[in-house]
Amino acid sequence: MEAARDDGEAAARGSTALSAEQTDAQLVGRCRGGDESAWSALVERFSRYVYAIALQAYRLPEHDAEDVFQEVFARVYERLGDLRDDDAVRPWIGQLTRRLCIDRLRSGGREQPADEETFAGMPAEDVIAEIEMAFDVHEALAGLSENCQEILDRFFARDESYRAIGDALELPAGTIASRISRCLVKLRTELEGRNPVPAESGG
Amino acid sequence: MRNYDEETLALLLRTLSAAPEAWVKAAQEIPLARRGLDDIVERARADQAFREALIADTENTLEGAGYDHDPTLLDAVRERFSS
Repeated sequence: MEAARDDGEAAARGSTALSAEQTDAQLVGRCRGGDESAWSALVERFSRYVYAIALQAYRLPEHDAEDVFQEVFARVYERLGDLRDDDAVRPWIGQLTRRLCIDRLRSGGREQPADEETFAGMPAEDVIAEIEMAFDVHEALAGLSENCQEILDRFFARDESYRAIGDALELPAGTIASRISRCLVKLRTELEGRNPVPAESGG
Repeated sequence: MRNYDEETLALLLRTLSAAPEAWVKAAQEIPLARRGLDDIVERARADQAFREALIADTENTLEGAGYDHDPTLLDAVRERFSS
């Protein structure tokens, strides 16, 4: 039996649960209809994505990244009605974030305006590709039990120790490593179910 | 297609770390801020002096009118009345 979570954590996961149950298009549709809980879930779904692009791909300083982060979601909120394909919300948000990051870099204390070529190679495409893959993994994570989601997120994304995780989830710290390992296996199964790995060719 | 071994998964899970809670909360409150914006726009339509004060000094006018300091709302009001 998995440990019970306290009310605060359960409440905090409310919009996560909503987010996990809904496709991007469903969330967008509900946002467009004025459903504020859907908006919260949409922000939560894409917050790490926007954050990663600003910080890792464009290496913006924290205060610039915060401005871009808020601007991205303000524009998404204003322009959601213009989105033609609700399933395309992720590439739309990605593109918007990239554009605003470049705008920020252009305006950031440069003596002379930078030309297009200055940013042509930025960001490194492999960083963006890694963020996209990480987003897929994060989406797959939402398909696991809440306990697995919590353990993997706390350990890898929040960098918490076994002890901190054990304390938070009321689990013996000595069992956390084996739980992480089991949850990773489940996550891999979930991912491979979504994206089957082709059989290895011989030789 | 990617082979998701344990090391790869760990790397990808670390890549997407959580955004600061305050940022996420502020973004989640955009609809709330926009409702405040609608009220302000409505009042500015009805009250010319309020409108002029808003254009001259947005931050202090809003504060004087009882709105909590909210950078998102402030930017939205400035943008709305900038032209």
